[in-house]
Amino acid sequence: MRLKVNGSEQDVAAATLAEALEVLDYSGTVVATALNGSFVPAKVRRDTRLTDGDAIEIVAPKQGG
Amino acid sequence: MRWANGSSVPSPRWGEGQGEGVPRALQVPAMTPFTLYGVPVASRLILGTSQYPSPAILAESVTKSGTEIVTVSLRRESGADRSGQDFWTLIQGLGVRVLPNTAGCHSVKEAVTTAQMAREVFGTSWIKLEVIGEADTLQPDVFGLVDAARILSADGFNVFPYTTEDLVVAERLLEAGCKVLMPWGAPIGTGKGLNNVFGLRAMRAHFPGVPLVIDAGLGLPSHAAAAMEMGYDAVLLNTAVAKAGDPAAMATAFAKAVEAGRTAYLAGPMEPRDMAAPSTPVIGKAQLG
Repeated sequence: MRLKVNGSEQDVAAATLAEALEVLDYSGTVVATALNGSFVPAKVRRDTRLTDGDAIEIVAPKQGG
Repeated sequence: MRWANGSSVPSPRWGEGQGEGVPRALQVPAMTPFTLYGVPVASRLILGTSQYPSPAILAESVTKSGTEIVTVSLRRESGADRSGQDFWTLIQGLGVRVLPNTAGCHSVKEAVTTAQMAREVFGTSWIKLEVIGEADTLQPDVFGLVDAARILSADGFNVFPYTTEDLVVAERLLEAGCKVLMPWGAPIGTGKGLNNVFGLRAMRAHFPGVPLVIDAGLGLPSHAAAAMEMGYDAVLLNTAVAKAGDPAAMATAFAKAVEAGRTAYLAGPMEPRDMAAPSTPVIGKAQLG
């Protein structure tokens, strides 16, 4: 399915947000996710189905002031 | 000891046991903890984690500063990139509390969503709320700030709003649920210090019971000392340490400045005056002319 991941369009073979994180090599990492601008808690990623054209944001801890 | 006018005061005595005979000025509890959302915090210096030359220098600066709270953020990371994970591991190893920020957010929705993501990742309800309104000054969009503060407070967040010295905005933030206010000293990263001393003084006087943290724009330890001398509860800074020639040394300097400023505030500074008043008594001066 064609998704926008962190601003870049790419084909991702995943039906749910949790599957997308696995396919995109995020297993074992501490990240937060948003789908189409809305926060998706980690515990519901498995139940969050994706649709063609969805925009996913995957963010990690970073330096900040 | 007797003054020239005949009055007497107790003579200071030195070195007579634990606490006995120590001049009263040295007994002032300069770094007594204050509380932020019910959490006692001993260090009145909050440090940012951005722009350091290396992770090692960041770690050393955090340690040397004595801070108990550091600010962090959330940014995009690809699956292959583990730098964010490494950073989080480093911070967790320093034994400090994190205050995640919503830096770079320009809308209420962005800020609220970022806060929700931060709460999950960092495991804290504390959030440094930034809703930026203008690109050159990075000044807060105070309208969006109040709206976002209301939404987040209702959702159980402990909001630390990055605001201005505007008293009306401050009142609205407190009404929205904030229990801490963080007015800027100067625009983020400028190092200019306290741009509006009079406004900041008024803010301190207007909210005597509210923890006030001056956040942003400090460049020198003397700026931090001045903020503390005014009675502010703490300062938050990043660039002034991270961009110093020797960040760890500068972190030490800021720690000392914060302590000096707080000690001075508690010691009760003299009132300034326009005209001179002799510090040496005139009585008893020899007539030699």
